[in-house]
Formats: sequence, C-alpha cells, structure tokens
Amino acid sequence: MTTEVQTKTPGQEGQTAVAHREAAEMGHIARVSRQPSFRVSTLLFVLAAALLVTSTFFPYWKMRLNAPQYPQGLYIVVYVDRMEGDIREIDGLNHYIGMKPLEEAAQLERTLAPIAIAVMALFIVGVAFIHSKWFAVLAIPVMLFPVIFLLDMFVWLYYYGHSLDPRAPLSSSIQPFTPPVLGTGTVGQFSTTATLQVGWYMALAAAILTAIGLHYRRAARLAAERQAQGTDNG
Amino acid sequence: MKKSVLYGVIAVLAILVVALGAMLVSRGGGGGGEAATPVPQEAGVGQDAAAIIAERGLTPENVVAALKTFMPSGQHDPFIMFSSGGHSGQVHVIGVPSMRLLRTIGVFTPEPWQGYGYGDVEQEAMFKEADPFGENVRWGDTHHPALSETNAVYDGQWLFVNDKAQARVAVIDLRDFETKQLVKNPTAMNDHGGTFVTPNTEWVIEGGQYAAPPGAEYAPIDTYEEEWRGMVTFWKFDREKGRIIPEESFALELPPYWQDLCDAGKLVSEGWVFCNSFNTEMAVGGAGVEEDAVPFESGASQADMDYLHVIDLNKAIQVAQENELRLNGFNYVPLQKLIDERVLYFIPEPKSPHGVDIAPKGDFIVISGKLDPHVTIYSFEKIQQAIANEDWEVDPYGVPVLNFDSVVEAQVELGLGPLHTQFDNQGYAYTSLFLDSAVARWTLGGDYPRADEGWQLVEKESIHYNVGHIAAAEGDTAEPAGQFLVSLNKWSVDRFANVGPLLPQNFQLIDISGQGESMQLLYDMPIGWGEPHYAQIIRADRLNPIQVYPEIGWNPRTWSKDPNATEIGQERVERRGNTVEIWMTAVRSHFTPERIEIKKGDRVIWHITNVEQAVDATHGFALPGYNINLSIEPGETVTVEFEAVKDGVFSYYCTEFCSALHLEMTGYLLVQP
Repeated sequence: MTTEVQTKTPGQEGQTAVAHREAAEMGHIARVSRQPSFRVSTLLFVLAAALLVTSTFFPYWKMRLNAPQYPQGLYIVVYVDRMEGDIREIDGLNHYIGMKPLEEAAQLERTLAPIAIAVMALFIVGVAFIHSKWFAVLAIPVMLFPVIFLLDMFVWLYYYGHSLDPRAPLSSSIQPFTPPVLGTGTVGQFSTTATLQVGWYMALAAAILTAIGLHYRRAARLAAERQAQGTDNG
Repeated sequence: MKKSVLYGVIAVLAILVVALGAMLVSRGGGGGGEAATPVPQEAGVGQDAAAIIAERGLTPENVVAALKTFMPSGQHDPFIMFSSGGHSGQVHVIGVPSMRLLRTIGVFTPEPWQGYGYGDVEQEAMFKEADPFGENVRWGDTHHPALSETNAVYDGQWLFVNDKAQARVAVIDLRDFETKQLVKNPTAMNDHGGTFVTPNTEWVIEGGQYAAPPGAEYAPIDTYEEEWRGMVTFWKFDREKGRIIPEESFALELPPYWQDLCDAGKLVSEGWVFCNSFNTEMAVGGAGVEEDAVPFESGASQADMDYLHVIDLNKAIQVAQENELRLNGFNYVPLQKLIDERVLYFIPEPKSPHGVDIAPKGDFIVISGKLDPHVTIYSFEKIQQAIANEDWEVDPYGVPVLNFDSVVEAQVELGLGPLHTQFDNQGYAYTSLFLDSAVARWTLGGDYPRADEGWQLVEKESIHYNVGHIAAAEGDTAEPAGQFLVSLNKWSVDRFANVGPLLPQNFQLIDISGQGESMQLLYDMPIGWGEPHYAQIIRADRLNPIQVYPEIGWNPRTWSKDPNATEIGQERVERRGNTVEIWMTAVRSHFTPERIEIKKGDRVIWHITNVEQAVDATHGFALPGYNINLSIEPGETVTVEFEAVKDGVFSYYCTEFCSALHLEMTGYLLVQP
C-alpha cells in the first residue's frame, strides 16, 4: 500500500524510483492492490444498472385524489412505461373540466422508456468495464434521469391543466392550472397529493451510485495511468 | 484509500436505506387508514350524556339497549338478517343489531328502485316462466327465506324463498343480491313449508299447504278424502349453475292433511326430512254454505294429535328416479309407492302444530303444538329404533304411524301458543309464544351444554305483540352464533306513532348473550311493507357480494359478459326492416346516443351498458310512455324490447341522482307517426 501512496505523490522523483523498485520486489502486492480500485467503481456501476432496471417494475410517482364521496381516495400510479390505478374513474371525472384522457399523455415517453433504460443501463455497464476517459460521458444520462423524469411529469401536468376543452360542462368555472408534481393541490372538491415512489428513489440511488462510481473510476484510472507511466520510465 | 472505500460502502448502504424508507413511507401513506382513538374508560357517562338521560327519563336498561344497538357512522353490523317481506313479495336485508334496513330485493313483485320487472327482457322471461296460467302475476307472498348451507352451516352464497300464494320458489344470488330464477310448482296451487335446504343445499324443500286435487284441477268437495291430496316437493339445486333444475326435481303425493312447515335433518339426521301437518281431521269447511258445518278453524282443531311427516330422503330420491308418473310434466311420486318403499312415516304430534325445528346436533326434533302449551321433543335415535322395530299402526291411507311414547324424548310446558323454535350456542332453545306474546328460553337436554339443568323453561321475555317466527343468529344451523334474537311480531298496536289503521309490524331485537333470566329487549323496528314470516340471520363475514360487476357489459343472469355489451365508442343504432336495435352506453352524465329517431310500429331492441366501474355509480333509465324503468348498476348491460305503438316525443332520463349534472343525463326518443 505504501507504494500506491507514494506513486500518487508528485514531485518526489527519487522516492518514486525507490518505490518502483520496492514494488517490483513485492510484485504480487502491487498487482492485487491495483485491481481493487476499479473493482469498487465496477461494483457501483453494476449495482446502479441493476437498480435502474429493477426500478421499471416499481411505481415512480403517485397522485392520490381525495374527495368526500371517495372515502378510499382515487389513485394515479405512474411507472416509467405505464399508468395504473383509477384511471377510468379519474378520466370520467376529468371530462367535466375538459381534461384529456390520461392514457393519451406521455405515450412516446412510455413507449421509449424501457428501451431508454436498457440503453442507459448498458451505458454504465460499459463505463464500468471500459476505462477510457471520455467514455465516462455515457454515465451522464443515468445521473440526469430522475430530474428528467420530474421535468417531463411537470410538462405533461402543465399541458393537461392548460389544454382544457372549452366545451366541457365546467369549463367556465375552472381556470387553467398545473397539478403539483409534488405535494398537495386542489381541483374542485378534490385535494391532490403527489408523492415520489420507490421506483424513482431507486433511479435516484442509481444516479448517486453512478456519480460515486465515476469518482472511484477516475481515481483508479489516474492511478493506472501513473503506474503505467512509472513502469514505462522504469 | 482504505478509508474512502469504507465511506463508499457506507454511502451505498445509506442510499439503499433511504430508498427502502421511502418505499415504506409511500406504501404506508397510501392506505389512508385512521387509527381509532379509544374513548378513555371512565366510571359512568359524561355530564352531557347524563343530562340527556335525565331529560329523556331513560332507565339504565334503556341506556344499555341504546349502547348495544347504536352503530357509529361507517361501522358495519356483525350480522345480516334476510327477512321475507310477506305479501310485499320481496326479501329485506337488515343489519343486526342496528336494525337498519340495508336493501330490498325484488323477488315476486316488481320493484321500481331496482328497475325490477319494468322491461328488462331477462326479468320478463323469468316472470313468464313462473306464470303458467299467463295471468301476468306480479306479486307473491314470501314466507320462509333459506340461506344456502355447506355442512349444515350458512355459506352466504344463495338465498331461496317461497311464494305461498302461487306455490313458487325463487333463487336469489348473494353475489349481487338479485333474483335469478322463479319456478312454479306444477303440482299445487299454494305452498307453505318452503323453503328449507338440505345440509349441503342439494335440495330445496317446498311443503304444501291447503290440500287440493293434484294439479289443482276440479274435483267435487265430497271426493276430498279420495281425490284431494297434499304434497311436499324437492327441488334439485345445481350450485354450479345457480339454478333449480325442475327436470330433476320431484313431488311426493301425501294424504290431504294440510302440510305445514318442514326442516331438513342434519348431522346424525342428515338424509331425513320432517314436515308437520294440521287438519288431519280432513275438515272440509263449508261454514255459511252447509247447515251444521263448522268453519275450518274448529273443524281442523278437533283432534289432539296431528301427524309429523318423517321422510327418508335418500329412499325418496331413489323411488323418484324410478317413478314414471308425471303430473303436468312434473315427477310426481304416488302415495302408495311411498308406503310400499317405506319412504314415509307419521308420528303423532300435538296439536295443530306450526314449527318443526331440528336441534343443532341434528339429534332432536322440536314440535310446537300451536294449541298445546308444550314443545314436544322427539329423539331421532328413538325414531330410527321405532322404524326398525316396526313399532307402528297405520293411518287411513296405510302410512305407518309410529308409537308416540316410543319416540318422544321430552315435553316442556312453555305457555300458550308455542309456534317456532331457534337455538343458541349456550345450550338454550327459544320458542315463540303467540298467545302469551312472549319468547321462552329453555334448556336442551341430551348432549347440550346445559343438559344438567334438564329440559326446562328458564325465562319468558314479553314482546309487543303476537310473535310469529323468531330468528336467532344462525339459530337453525349446526353452529348457532347466539348473541341476538329477533322476534317477528305481527301486531305493533301502540309501539309506534299512529300512521292510520294499517299498522306496521314490529321486529324486536332481544339480547340473548347472557345466561339464565337475562334476556333483554333492545330495539323495535317497524316493518311498514308487508307481513314478514320467517327471517334468517347470518354472520356478515360469511357474505362476500361484489361491489361492481366484474366486467363492463356484465349480464347478471348469465353471470358472464353480455353479447350486447357496449363500450364507449361502440354505440350505434341499426335498422333491419321494422326492427331498430340500439346499443347505448351510460356514464356520468350522459347517455350515448342522446337522440333516437324511429317510426311508429317499429320493434325496438334497446341495449344499455353502464360503463362505470366506480362503486355506487348506478344509472337509472326511465322511458315514460312505454312503462320502462331500469336500474343499471356499474358494469351491467340491460336489454329492453318494445313495440313503438305510440308516436310522439319521449324524454328518457337517468333516475339515479348520479352526478352534479344528473338532470342533464337525458335524451329524446322521437317516434314519427
């Protein structure tokens, strides 16, 4: 381990040469100690990829709608590729204010999401195993994904709340609005509560793991480069 | 480097923990459950309550009764009572102990709220099937509801009830609380001893009432003993289909005694059926017609004993399978066959009895002699012994009459006018006393928990007034639940505010959870719609009805998707010659199509699907001018057919206040001249 610390300390050339000699003597230690530095980042990337793929099986976002006549509440549960819950009932109610049917929302996103997630997962697996510097940019989509998801939700909620059919029964008594992406809101007699769900948290965890992974990958890559330089010099 | 690896691992673990936590929080938050905060236990009631008690002059018993029956908003009763509606022709569903009416089930009588009998072609066909004389009979006299049983315990799946007036039996589906079948008994004009089921509901029993020539065809009254007959019918129930199969059912020809109530044996007595009778005197009435003739009320009450009919059901089934005689197309087994094959036995029973009730273990048969102050308890074991020993004489028709003393287990003197008996889980039996206006509690001997007290009267609780049947919770099954008993009183006299000369009947709830002399009257429920006879009380958790039909476009009668189920976007009107067929949807708050134009003389076939899946989102459909009124529950498809005989403009509209824009849920049928 001393060898690594010393190789990382620039500007002490004499000592570096000594260190490399020592390293050559204890060749097996050097080999063992170089590999684990990529092992950590690889583990994190693979874990992130696994989390991201697994997240598609869990809901990302949920809105609960409460009204006196629905004591159990109504739910919209959003996955990356589909919607579940009381969609039919909510659509039935929404037609009074002229809101479009929920199923028409984000169709492209929902169709592409499984492919996009598979590609993003493959990217970070690639980043894990191919250690070249610029390859790391492939990890960016994973890190942005949780935010992109929320932005997309916001855009659709805004669009749905601002494209109400003027011929709807209650069109004259309801102003355009944006249902909150997170937290509570009110539409008519309904209060809405939107919350992030386990799938989104898994995607967030994948993003964070990827970020940490990049840190380790960089460190390991630099170490490897230095070691390679040192070997060439020796 | 070592340290930072450790930090990395900790960071990963922390993220996973956060994710897991978030998952748990989001799951937990989704339930929306509110934990009930128990009221702290205090000695006595609060000041406010005390003031109300003082102001209203309530006794401590009143307060206890109120507390035992009060059901806070949103809480559900632990028991559900299915009560016959009497000549309302319906069945009523009532929560116990709150005694709140939960719903009416239209059975033999059209019921406008359910749109029952106002155009639905399936219902029209059902009524027609049970209307052999084509009289368009639209009422019935429901008497004895019977819940389906599995191993002699209610299973909450089906309910049967008879129509005394027209000798009919109905099958009610407890998945959606709707009547699914009506059958008319082709061998008789009226019935009484129905319905009762065998311990696994293979057979639904319908006993006769007033003797008549078989099939109710004409025969002079002086042929009464030779030509006139009584009957008991066994309807085969196919549980899979949820239907009675008339072709596999049969009736037994009986002497012209007036058969009354029946009960099916259970456990040790499974395979045997018991029916009692009165007018074994074979009085033919004639008061006001013939000189010296006495009315039935005297003529049928002369003898000290009538006959308990004991039927070996397994032998009866066997004999019926071999029998070739058909009466109006119905398998009708001749009396002589029953005697020859030893299917039928009689036992003397005092006196013009009403109820025959089998004890929970199936070991005793309790007879209440209407005109005798006792209940008489027969031992099934002794009956079997007497049959084996041929310990009998014969009646005028040759039916073996077992020796009374050989088969009686006990007699308990209860009071005047004993009618019906029910049981609880503590070893008590309860018998209604019509003339005493009381319910008697007495102990069962044999193997029952209070056998050491002997067969003995314990307590009489006064009721108001003239009790007929009583219903204890699951009190006629192999596993009575105890706790509550309802006294079905014929008269209320002074119990309620006067509402004119036709007074409501009175269901009185009695707490039977204590022991000894502890019965307490809890609640009076006025019954302002008919004269209920019997009721059964089932544990609510045995029922599992649907909330909405399983698929959009459901046909409740076939219990499958209707071929004319219509989804949104599939609505259409098609004309074929003079026939116009309409496929319509109903959803809050519009019908599609909203305007239909036809010609006078067209034949109209109109399918309406309620495409809602929300609980309680029922739509009605009224078409005035054509006497059409439907209730289309969420998911249901209903079809009506009619001839457009009147031209004009007819507004159809939704009769259930379904939404804020309910009034706008309408449309026009324009019939061109």
